[in-house]
Amino acid sequence: MLYREAGQFKTNYVADSAIFPLRQDRIGLGLIIIAAYALAFMGSDFLLQAVLIPFLVFSLAAIGLNILTGYTGLLSLGTGAFMGVGAYACYKLMTAFPGVNVIVWIFVSGFFSAAIGALFGLPSLRIKGFYLAVATLAAQFFLQWCLIRIPWLVNYNVSGALDAPLRTLFGTPIMGPNATPQTRYLVVLTIVILLTWLASNLVHGRIGRMWIAIRDMDLAAELMGIRPLQTKLLAFAVSSYYCGVAGALLVFLWYGGAEYDVFNINQSFFILFMVIIGGLGSLIGSFFGAALIFILPIVLGIVLPAILAPFGLSVGADVIEHLRFMIVGALIIFFLIVEPHGLARLWQIGKQKLLVWPFPY
Amino acid sequence: MRAPDNPVLAKGDVLLAVDNVSLGFGGVKALTDVSFDIRKSEIRAIIGPNGAGKTSMLNCINGFYYPTEGRITFKGVKRPKMRPYEAARGGIARTFQNVALFKSMSTLDNIMAGRSIKMRSNFFWQLFRHGPAMKEEVAHRRFVEEIIDFLEIQHIRKTPVGRLPYGLQKRVELGRALAMEPELLLLDEPMAGMNLEEKEDMSRFILEVNQQYGTTIALIEHDMGVVMDLSDRVVVLEYGRKIADGTPQEVKGNQRVIDAYLGVAH
Repeated sequence: MLYREAGQFKTNYVADSAIFPLRQDRIGLGLIIIAAYALAFMGSDFLLQAVLIPFLVFSLAAIGLNILTGYTGLLSLGTGAFMGVGAYACYKLMTAFPGVNVIVWIFVSGFFSAAIGALFGLPSLRIKGFYLAVATLAAQFFLQWCLIRIPWLVNYNVSGALDAPLRTLFGTPIMGPNATPQTRYLVVLTIVILLTWLASNLVHGRIGRMWIAIRDMDLAAELMGIRPLQTKLLAFAVSSYYCGVAGALLVFLWYGGAEYDVFNINQSFFILFMVIIGGLGSLIGSFFGAALIFILPIVLGIVLPAILAPFGLSVGADVIEHLRFMIVGALIIFFLIVEPHGLARLWQIGKQKLLVWPFPY
Repeated sequence: MRAPDNPVLAKGDVLLAVDNVSLGFGGVKALTDVSFDIRKSEIRAIIGPNGAGKTSMLNCINGFYYPTEGRITFKGVKRPKMRPYEAARGGIARTFQNVALFKSMSTLDNIMAGRSIKMRSNFFWQLFRHGPAMKEEVAHRRFVEEIIDFLEIQHIRKTPVGRLPYGLQKRVELGRALAMEPELLLLDEPMAGMNLEEKEDMSRFILEVNQQYGTTIALIEHDMGVVMDLSDRVVVLEYGRKIADGTPQEVKGNQRVIDAYLGVAH
């Protein structure tokens, strides 16, 4: 009964083309954002540091890949490398110009990965599908090689690792060893909300329609005057921008320092899984995917011992770890069989059911 | 809003001329020495038995293929080798034999996508979905709603086109092509697979587009009744060669056309 669209009439095209036309959706979204900010003050450090910050970072990276793979239909395996470009660019910029606020550099670093992404997107005019995936795989290996072999990128640091220097915003440390999980969470949350809002504007406008047109029927799109190369390169650039910012957040606001190894091919696959399970071509799906792939294992790690305890089974941490992998793996296969269009589709079905409830259709 | 070097053609002027066009794929000749013209504001039908090269001809006109020999003149200018999107920007729209809609988008978004070339607001306004971007979105939405009214598809405005029945999909595809405000509209078998009522509707829309907006239409169709009723002039192809050209009456009486369709006794 709560979820009814009856009586909500639109009297102009602006209201009718709103991204959230239903009042209930707008209220729900507002509540979620308020709750997310409230969590910064109510959640424990463990919850913020080990669950929520990485969840947001991976959601952002998943949005990036979703723009490319979900909306434009170009399969990429270079996500990890593009994240790496963002992180290393951010490191170089903020150590070279420590006077400028680091928030600026986090946003600027995305442009570096956008440029690199667009460069590696050039083959996409000629090749599609698996072949394009292999071409982006080349980006992954080449960029990772650069990150390892060019010591200039880490300011000739002998350990070859990135470290997060102390940086402040309004006098409060937001980066470096003194920054609390709380402040870092607030920064990450604000950046992710802002970028998600911009992404949703893009995909609902002309550019989003052009991307989807290329994905659904590229020949017809071209016959309608949509330039395939420019549209695909724009998708690569925007996608890599998001991945780059996510990479910078990952290293400096979550890990607090990292080596090139966090940007390896596993990271690319990890994010691809999130996008596929969350739902291709859906921004909210990116969040669902990141939640399922990242938070579920943590929840299972807490819940599993609690379930096994009453049976007198005290199992070691290693067994729990194995069980976790098995259960998450099984769940992924289960979801893919039950709903190949991802969790976003389940969400949509759920909303549809709520609209017509208590009737079946 | 036309550039001065872009002459406004009067009804009956030659809009597109095909001169001695041949098209070959390796050893296979799809078109041999075909010449005809399409005049402003007429309905021109291209007919012929299966494999006659009708769709290849359309593909040449909208830039998918470049003729191996001969030339195509559009609005008085010889067409250089071009990509299909350039032909589209030049004012040629088209529908497909097998519906080529953007399946996951709604009817509204499909037709809005057809307006992409008319939209100008830059990336940064798009990012914020405000100012010029939103103003433009609304202005084009108004135009698209006119097309939706015209084609009587208001009830499926927000339905993903993948779920629509075939006849309606064909109609949405026509709407998407109309959204480009083309000078030349190419329809590749607009009535294939339709029942009588749908064919009547589609014929009505084609005639109204032609009469209300003065859009020049070139169509391929197998239903001879429809072709003879709708078109002003008909060109007949067989095995990639032109065998007849003229008004429906002339073509109907042409012995070579009758032979091509009915076969000849040996």
